[in-house]
Amino acid sequence: MTDWQPSALQLERIAYRQRRARRSTLIAVVSSVVLLVLVAIGIGSTPGWPRVRATFFDPQRAWEALPVVAEGLWLNIRVMLICAVLIVVIGMALAILRTLRGPIFFPLRVFAAAYTDVFRGLPLLLVIFLLGFGVPALRLQGVPNAAVIWGGAALVLTYSSYVAEVFRAGIESVHPSQRAAARSLGLSYRQTLRFVVLPQAVRRVMPPLLNDFVSLQKDSGLIAVLGVIDAIRAAQLETAIDFNFTPYVVAGLLFVALTIPLTRLTDYVARRQGWYGGGGGPV
Amino acid sequence: MSLLSLRGVRKAYGDNVVLDDFGLEVSEGECVVLIGASGSGKSTLLRCINLLEVVDDGVIELAGTDITDPRADADKIRSTIGIVFQSYNLFPHLSVLDNATLAPIRVHGVPRDEARRRALEMLDRVGLRDKADARPDDLSGGQQQRAAIARALVNSPTLMLLDEITSALDPELVGEVLDLLRDLRSEGMTMLICTHEMAFAREIADQVCFLHQGRLLESGPPAQVLDNPSQPRTQEFLRRIRT
Repeated sequence: MTDWQPSALQLERIAYRQRRARRSTLIAVVSSVVLLVLVAIGIGSTPGWPRVRATFFDPQRAWEALPVVAEGLWLNIRVMLICAVLIVVIGMALAILRTLRGPIFFPLRVFAAAYTDVFRGLPLLLVIFLLGFGVPALRLQGVPNAAVIWGGAALVLTYSSYVAEVFRAGIESVHPSQRAAARSLGLSYRQTLRFVVLPQAVRRVMPPLLNDFVSLQKDSGLIAVLGVIDAIRAAQLETAIDFNFTPYVVAGLLFVALTIPLTRLTDYVARRQGWYGGGGGPV
Repeated sequence: MSLLSLRGVRKAYGDNVVLDDFGLEVSEGECVVLIGASGSGKSTLLRCINLLEVVDDGVIELAGTDITDPRADADKIRSTIGIVFQSYNLFPHLSVLDNATLAPIRVHGVPRDEARRRALEMLDRVGLRDKADARPDDLSGGQQQRAAIARALVNSPTLMLLDEITSALDPELVGEVLDLLRDLRSEGMTMLICTHEMAFAREIADQVCFLHQGRLLESGPPAQVLDNPSQPRTQEFLRRIRT
């Protein structure tokens, strides 16, 4: 290490960059404030605004609805966490099945392909209806009939087919030379998958995967159609009291509040691990 | 007896015949250098020997065993052959040390501590001990290639295949890697090397083989093949590569 001191030229550059940065911040703040004010004036001056505000943005109603909606949201969170675990496991299994070679695995490959084709194509709402109302109607012995379980099962079926495709894309994106290198060291097909291909594939698909989980958080609200009291259903019940839609807005804000940390976490983890390959340069 | 023996090896991709009735004998401790234009079949030959490609005909024997027999245990055979690729192919998600301990631990059943000790020794040898915890992406090209060589060497292979391992390196880094090969050579490692470095081929080779359109056109000691080639194709190739 040499005891380097920045030259006068470099000091001047640093000072210039700091001036620019301060200027950029200032411009960003001013432009944001101007825009918000314009939007507020624009919306506020519409003839129906007082009515809309009273119906959708009533602070009093929001405060009253919050505990009930939040309690519903707790159910969403639990459903989403349990489903997410199952989805990752099943999705990964399906992706691996589809990449297996050899005649013995033919039926498994076909099964995995058919599964993803069917459940990616079927509208989620339909799957929820089919399982949520259909299965309990069979009156099977020893099978749980709780709507939340079958709603969750529908989420798992549909989302695992999406996630399977995400994993498969990740697996196939790992360059064949990586497999060649692993096999050349004597690693078996399974070991290559386990120690070389999957670790790289999972890292690569982390952003799209988390995108699916953000989506799952929202779609966990769809099980409300089965009569489960989740955040959406709770908001609906609250709304039914006085036809004030503020509880829906509360539920919406809570969902957004739930997804933002997840997205930021992904960004943070991705950056920290250098998952996107070499760091960005000046351009 | 030959350690490696190829007879009548053929490999084609569709209509493109890459190796045609190819024969070669490599004795134990011998260093054979393969030269020839791009597309002459050098890399394919190495990949066939390492069973990364399945030959279409012919026999490859390693220490007297036919490794092209479909009943042979390919994983086991590969684990005794080290290959180093032109593009390094290090595992980017593992540290340099973990790259070098993966096969010893998972394939050869070496206990973790022992594997780490051996890998560190090998990294020391290739001058990368201080980079053991670095990721491959943080290394220079020459360092990556030396790491890849170390990864192959820790498994004590009976045969090393080196596929144009200096092609992606600048002259200074080429020196680093070639020094390493000289050492290996002097320790009696059996090596099969594809290269375009003629000066290096002359220095290190016991036998130089010139490949043209998937055939072994000419082979012999470097002085013979590189200085007095008998085939017009070889003469032409050497003339072109020198200018």
